[in-house]
Amino acid sequence: MYPHTHHKPNQPILAVSNLTVRYNGRIALEDVNFHLHEGERIAVVGPNGAGKSTLFKVVAGVLQPQIGEVNIYGSRPRGHVCIGYIPQRNQVDWTFPVSVADVVMMGRSAKLGPFNWPHKHDWDFVNHALETVELSNLASRQISQLSGGQQQRMFIARALAQEAELMLMDEPLTGLDTPSQEGILNLLDRLKKERVTVMVATHDLEQAASHFDRIMLLNHHIVAFDKPQLVLQTDKLLQAYGGRLRPLDGEQILTIDDCCDDGEHDHTH
Amino acid sequence: MIVAMMGNMTILIDFFLKPITYHFMQRGMIAAVLVGIVCAVVGTYIVLRGMAFFGDALAHTILPGIALGYLVSGGARDTLFWWALGTAIFAALGIGAISKNSEIKEDTAIGIIFAGMFALGIALISTVHKYAVDLSHFLFGDVLSVSTHSLWLILIFGGIVLLTVFLFYKEFMTLSFDPVLAATLRLPVDLLNNLLLILIAVTVAVSLQTVGVALMVAMLVTPAATAYLLTHRLSHMMLLAAIFASFSGVIGLYLSYYLSIASGAAIVLTATVFFMVSFGWKRMKPT
Repeated sequence: MYPHTHHKPNQPILAVSNLTVRYNGRIALEDVNFHLHEGERIAVVGPNGAGKSTLFKVVAGVLQPQIGEVNIYGSRPRGHVCIGYIPQRNQVDWTFPVSVADVVMMGRSAKLGPFNWPHKHDWDFVNHALETVELSNLASRQISQLSGGQQQRMFIARALAQEAELMLMDEPLTGLDTPSQEGILNLLDRLKKERVTVMVATHDLEQAASHFDRIMLLNHHIVAFDKPQLVLQTDKLLQAYGGRLRPLDGEQILTIDDCCDDGEHDHTH
Repeated sequence: MIVAMMGNMTILIDFFLKPITYHFMQRGMIAAVLVGIVCAVVGTYIVLRGMAFFGDALAHTILPGIALGYLVSGGARDTLFWWALGTAIFAALGIGAISKNSEIKEDTAIGIIFAGMFALGIALISTVHKYAVDLSHFLFGDVLSVSTHSLWLILIFGGIVLLTVFLFYKEFMTLSFDPVLAATLRLPVDLLNNLLLILIAVTVAVSLQTVGVALMVAMLVTPAATAYLLTHRLSHMMLLAAIFASFSGVIGLYLSYYLSIASGAAIVLTATVFFMVSFGWKRMKPT
């Protein structure tokens, strides 16, 4: 078996303290402190290059922080297999010769351990996950034949097959049409019932307000992290987005002058 | 009429059977098919991970190792496999480490090492009188001179490669499709990456006599790329690539026999024709 760390009781599912990360010589994250409760849904909001993807990668244990620490149920992420990282869709090779079921089964690789082939038990997990995301009828399709929303749901199914307790989704709604976005958001509601904790990077403040328990406003450091109505205030948003935010009609409605380009590079306008 | 047909049949049967009455042709056929299968299966990962240039560079980089073995042994062919194997594994891990930690771009770093090592190999071999013939064997292969001893080495080491690919099938698939997933699942990513490099290295050593260092990349990528066009499943891609490679080996050797062309080149050309036909077929097929 590949090594797994067991969860310590009475510890938060995720605790981040004094986290500072430099990425390609620049400060990506500075003195980030927060913790999550089990089953919470968190929207991570901030301008491009604010460090959202970096934060997710550090939490997932893929990237090592220079300063500070991340704890999952009381121990470092490296040993945990309960973290599901759902990549941005543009970072995936969709021509790879695998079916939807193959990709979902990849989530079982760790639990299977070396030299083992999937048992009936593992197929049950995969089939159940595909049912949950309503992709059972497309299980044998090659992944390039899926729509954007279906691709995203496939990755959620993979995280379910992995038995992930903490799901990190990097801009799952970007580039999807409204019905597909609704499909993903409804799925998040269902995950809450299964006590899955979810962190979602998003650009849509309205959806962040209506579908998430707390919003983290991030721009290298945490500007605000609280209930939506407490975070989505003009002064805090201006602080996070700088001059890139402009009030519309002098009302509460705000639009963000922020394109949907992804990635960790800073934009110099 | 019947007599004429029988006569035609006999000619046809003769056409296929005559070449394999020679022992060197039998050994050559077996070697070409075995090497083809191993290259095709490992080549699947090379194609999917975009490592064609690495494969080509690795094949060229082992030339000084072979040259050294050739000078030390005084021209004996049977020990060359071990020199090739050692150099290939050393070079694969070396190139892997350099491309990870390099200040300059990965492909530039690989290009510099590969050309430098290749030149060193040619320089070493050129110290021998009448070097041109032997050099061409290393560069383009000489499958018809494969000995029974070499055949056993190909069988054993090729078998080890295929067995390893089989045992780590799900790990290599996960790692190749989504390295971040592999890392979050805590698979031993560095170990698996190095294992894949070693598998490519062993494959290169095993294939040396069949196609030589200069044409090696064709055996690694062409059948796998042909299969990639025609299937949507990794296991099917491996199987189909192995079939294309086997047929390329057999057809190539017949071509080599009847048209008197170099065996390695004939095999590679056949594989290329397979690729072009499936590429054209895919293009014309209404989707």
